[in-house]
Amino acid sequence: MKFGVVVFPGSNCDQDAVDALTLMDQEVVKLWHKDHDLQGCDFIILPGGFSYGDYLRTGAVARFSPIMNEVIAHANRGGYLMGICNGFQILAEARLVPGVLLRNTSQKYVCKNIYLKPESKDALLTAGLEKSAYKIPVAHGDGRYFADADTLKQLNDHEQVLFRYCDEFGNVTDEANPNGSLDNIAGVCNAAKNVFGMMPHPERAADIALGNTDGRLILEQLLKAVLV
Amino acid sequence: MKFFAEIDVMPRKEILDPQGKAVRLGLHNLHIDNVGDVRIGKHIRLEVEAESEEAATSTVDDACRQLLANLIMEEYSFTLHTA
Repeated sequence: MKFGVVVFPGSNCDQDAVDALTLMDQEVVKLWHKDHDLQGCDFIILPGGFSYGDYLRTGAVARFSPIMNEVIAHANRGGYLMGICNGFQILAEARLVPGVLLRNTSQKYVCKNIYLKPESKDALLTAGLEKSAYKIPVAHGDGRYFADADTLKQLNDHEQVLFRYCDEFGNVTDEANPNGSLDNIAGVCNAAKNVFGMMPHPERAADIALGNTDGRLILEQLLKAVLV
Repeated sequence: MKFFAEIDVMPRKEILDPQGKAVRLGLHNLHIDNVGDVRIGKHIRLEVEAESEEAATSTVDDACRQLLANLIMEEYSFTLHTA
């Protein structure tokens, strides 16, 4: 399995993603957004950051970067694709996952550790996660997940909600919701379950030197599932 | 012919606009109390070279649908005029 991390102008978590995967002995390359070649990568990651300065809407301009043609084709062929934070916003703008990310209800940029409850029992990213709550950092100003009622029903009926914000014991409460997301949704996948989007940053909690390795547990689960 | 499009992009009615809410609070703090709901969007001006008003309308509509507005969260309206 070869991983590719796309670098857009304004990406700033690309190296975190590369480091996390390298720590787990995976082959990783960076892919420049102006290229048209996925270099044979099997798993593409759209990293966090502020692509194109968040101009117009978060992810709106990055969605039309040259490499996105190939990334979208890869996803439509069933290839693995994951967007973290700004990467999730780009996936939403590209309509590769349902819904959108709106400005946090608090109007504040939120940068702190939160807890995530794994939800979907059959998505590769979450199916094997056993803890009731994972401590993962978030860092975003536009993370309020929104979708219309029909879409929300489809997400729930088809096990497409990956994570919900919760307290440290796994209780999904309003107080544990850092941004006003609908039903505390922190991450979703597409209907075919090969495209994953999430606002929190597991790649920033994957190195023991950083004092939190809950993110590594999530990434290890993903590796276990996709390397089969 | 050169046309100018004046586009307004607004958050959809059913979506909470926290920016508008904060601005409303600011207005009330200034004792401008008779202001009710406040909603904040974007105004975009485009210069369009097109053969006819119909063609210009079609170009602007495409631009709004594909990039300028995200119809899941926003709605748009525009007017066209010549210089």
